[in-house]
Amino acid sequence: MLKLARGIGIAAALLVSSSAIAQEVEVMHWWTSPGEAAAVNVMKEQLEKKGIKWVDAPIAGGGGQAAMTALRARVVAGDPPTAAMVLGYDIKDWAELNLLGDISDAARQDGWDANYPDAYKFFGEYNGKWVATPFDVHSTNWLWLNKAAFDGLGVAEPTDWDSFIAMLQAAKDKGLIPLAHGGQSWQDAVLLGNVTIATGGIEFYRKAILQQDKQALGSETMRKVLERVLQLKDFMDSNAPGRDWNLATAMVIKGEALTQTMGDWAKGEFVAAGKKAGDDYMCLRFPGTQGVVSFVADSFVVFNVSKADKAAQIEFVRTLMSPEFQEPWSVLKGAVPANLKANDALLDACGKKAFAEYKEAAASGNLVGAIQLFSAPAAIRSAVEDVVSRLLSGDLNVDGALAGVVASADAAQ
Amino acid sequence: MTIQLSSVNIRRVGAASGRAGSLVRRHERLIARLLLMPSLISSTIFVYGFIAFTLVLSFTDSKLLPTFNFVGWDSYAKLWGLNNWHVALQNLLVFGSLYVGICVALGLLIAILIDQNIKGENIFRPIFLYPMALSFIVTGTAWRWFLNPGLGLERSMHNLGWTDFKFDWIVDSHMAIYTVVIAGVWQSTGFCMAMFLAGLRSVDREIVKAAAVDGARGITLYRRIIVPMLRSTFLSVFVIQTHLTIKSYDLVVSLTGGGPGNSTDLPATFMYDYTFTRNQMGVGSASSIVMLLAVAAVIVPYLWAELRDRREKGDAK
Amino acid sequence: MTLRRLAVYVPLIVAALFFLLPVFVMLFTSFKTLDEIRVGDLLALPASPTIEPWLSAWQSACVGLNCNGVRGFFLNTALMVVPAVIIITALGAVNGYILTQWPFPGHKLVFGLLLFGCFVPFQSVIIPMARVLGLTGLQNSIPGLVLVHVVYGIGFSTLFFRNYYDQFPRELVKAAQIDGANLFQIFWRIVLPVSGPIAVVCTIFLFTNIWNDFLFGASFTSGSNTPIMVALNNIVNTSTGVREYNVHMATAMITALPTLVVYIVSGKYFVRGLMAGSVKG
Repeated sequence: MLKLARGIGIAAALLVSSSAIAQEVEVMHWWTSPGEAAAVNVMKEQLEKKGIKWVDAPIAGGGGQAAMTALRARVVAGDPPTAAMVLGYDIKDWAELNLLGDISDAARQDGWDANYPDAYKFFGEYNGKWVATPFDVHSTNWLWLNKAAFDGLGVAEPTDWDSFIAMLQAAKDKGLIPLAHGGQSWQDAVLLGNVTIATGGIEFYRKAILQQDKQALGSETMRKVLERVLQLKDFMDSNAPGRDWNLATAMVIKGEALTQTMGDWAKGEFVAAGKKAGDDYMCLRFPGTQGVVSFVADSFVVFNVSKADKAAQIEFVRTLMSPEFQEPWSVLKGAVPANLKANDALLDACGKKAFAEYKEAAASGNLVGAIQLFSAPAAIRSAVEDVVSRLLSGDLNVDGALAGVVASADAAQ
Repeated sequence: MTIQLSSVNIRRVGAASGRAGSLVRRHERLIARLLLMPSLISSTIFVYGFIAFTLVLSFTDSKLLPTFNFVGWDSYAKLWGLNNWHVALQNLLVFGSLYVGICVALGLLIAILIDQNIKGENIFRPIFLYPMALSFIVTGTAWRWFLNPGLGLERSMHNLGWTDFKFDWIVDSHMAIYTVVIAGVWQSTGFCMAMFLAGLRSVDREIVKAAAVDGARGITLYRRIIVPMLRSTFLSVFVIQTHLTIKSYDLVVSLTGGGPGNSTDLPATFMYDYTFTRNQMGVGSASSIVMLLAVAAVIVPYLWAELRDRREKGDAK
Repeated sequence: MTLRRLAVYVPLIVAALFFLLPVFVMLFTSFKTLDEIRVGDLLALPASPTIEPWLSAWQSACVGLNCNGVRGFFLNTALMVVPAVIIITALGAVNGYILTQWPFPGHKLVFGLLLFGCFVPFQSVIIPMARVLGLTGLQNSIPGLVLVHVVYGIGFSTLFFRNYYDQFPRELVKAAQIDGANLFQIFWRIVLPVSGPIAVVCTIFLFTNIWNDFLFGASFTSGSNTPIMVALNNIVNTSTGVREYNVHMATAMITALPTLVVYIVSGKYFVRGLMAGSVKG
């Protein structure tokens, strides 16, 4: 009897201690480069200050492909992590399966509805419940220029298509590679997204790319977009296919190439090479897209977890969505905070500009999801990527590409 | 084979255990079959069970995860309408035949050369084998640089003064699939060599000697006598290479990422893409079923012929 | 040197150079600084060689948030690879032996069924496998990974051994049977001792495949349980971060060392196979 009582005592003690340990979050993500890891460390430290242990589950590769596969395996095995990095429309696919946890309480407590623009809420909510945390702004309609090369051309900063082409032509005449490009399908898509906004304006972009309106996709405007994409090919070097984006950035850094259009993570490469914004390189909005911010937002989804783990999960998402976290994070990640109440004091020149433009775009409704992950469900988005890649590789002509983008609208059915 | 060596052993073994009745013999046959059971059961579950599961999925409209909303042949119809799939199949044909063919030919040639009692066999063998040891996650990068005209071979040749030199297959959507062949051959020829080497060394030296006495030597000796004796090895090599062809995923992803455009996509990359990235698990499952059928169409007749032939030969003995 | 010898050595050396080329690129790169990689020629020797990348790869490269290099992952991988290879090879040897020396009606069908398992695309088994591992409580564990590799390795090892033993004369076993040796004795004393070369081939194939597996490792384990290839991938692959190519190349070579050692050590047994055949025979 005494033995039994002691046994129960031990069991109870174990229970208590295990619930104390249970203050932990297991987080699946694909941020593994040294710069990214430094940023994730901010997350970890802020949580540890609140007494929550961070269990790291990183799986890098191919923009999260490997991580997404692993996540599926974990969920099917009945062992999902506390939270996982899932972006854009994929959030909705997960939510649809009824697998995600509800964090609306945290949202109410911290006033997310007021602090985040509608375009962000769209990716955080499902059926009126918050299930994900889009917490920063990576913007993709940027043009990164080598300042010395640009100054050598003696042209003004391009603000529209014609001045953009004139600048590229000037660089070509000087023997520079005008446009450093990495011919991988997602980078081709970045180019397409920017040219679409620059050519058709934001309403056209919304119709064609976000809503897959077949009339818009088959329109003369879309034809013009595709022709312009093809026109840009003349300003790329022939070795672009397959090139990693960062090697294209390196060409700009070295001054071999004048400019690259890429998301603001490219800034990390400039910083790593010891370059200074304004002195060595310039960040301009892609000509014709001024005032518009097309975004990619880093975000986590949370899974249904036991009651014991729920508290830590809520603390985790509250941290993510707070300005106190987003400010230092953004500096290290090369992004800007998504919380409209955040302060830009820590950001560099390009960052301050980006944050101001983000707030303006949020107010004016010119904030749109980037073509990459945030424009449409995976099936459609990939179909569009296929088309633009084939156009740039010479596999399709403009007519073929036009037919292709129209057909892509049906890819999800 | 070491027949003479073994016959000594036989006598020793036999003497130790004495005579055995036919009851024991039947008993042994039962044990023999039982010994195969673990393997058979595991492949029933993990191979055929899972194939059945994939087959079921291919008739659903599963997206992110398996769901069981049956839609008949829709996934297959959709699959067949996809340009990407046709490109992947064509590439499989081109890549598969070249990759298997070159690996077998080159592997056999190198194995024969190494089998000539050369000096430094211990140096050559690992040189040909080491590419297998390196994960393509990184070797892919090295190859991609090396094949890229602006970074690798072409640029180096230009730097050396040979300015007409041109090698830009990897950025040319018509030629890029051949760079995948080059990297693939580099990676797995060594293993073919190893298998052939093992095969060559199990060839009965007496037969070779006898043939040499009859006047066969050099190339003729190999062509007429030795290579035909490697039939089983060819079967192994063929199966391994075909399997590698079908599973070539890392190779493509790290070398070209399927590009330029989608000119180097293979069924394996297609399937992974549609199942795990494009959230069209139904289509992905349909593609793996088609792939398995294609494999069966190649492998089953080959196995049939190979195994049947052997039996007839055995009967003739 | 005779013309005949030249005809042997010249092609071998040419082929060897082709095979060595990428490793030169990787070696050179691993000793360069990042600045030199950004501006320099790929095939040029490092101007100011540094071992920093190698040190970093070993002890300070970041796998996610743990910046302790790849050294901690060797044990995980060894605990997975060694048991898996031993189990698969043993099963293959037994299967091959039974299928060739103890044939029964339908043995060819059994062989064909086992063999076809080699062609299942691994990508398509991830989801059902995850379910099985979840149900058996083996998810996120090394034994789970061993199980996965074993079930998809049996086909190959059976193929290797079956085709090797198939060249054995049947009379051999019949003679031994007449002399009263049983199933196990024949296997242990007669068949196994001459299996060196094929055991080497089988080990090389399985060891490399399992060591280099990324898909299963990444899908079925996480955090500190992952095998080394997942760690390598996490160091090497980044979507939006700065790429340290020199560290990547060094890491790749460090993680390949065990496989290379297996190749060099096992080479001896190829020669031994030859010796057994020619000298004693």
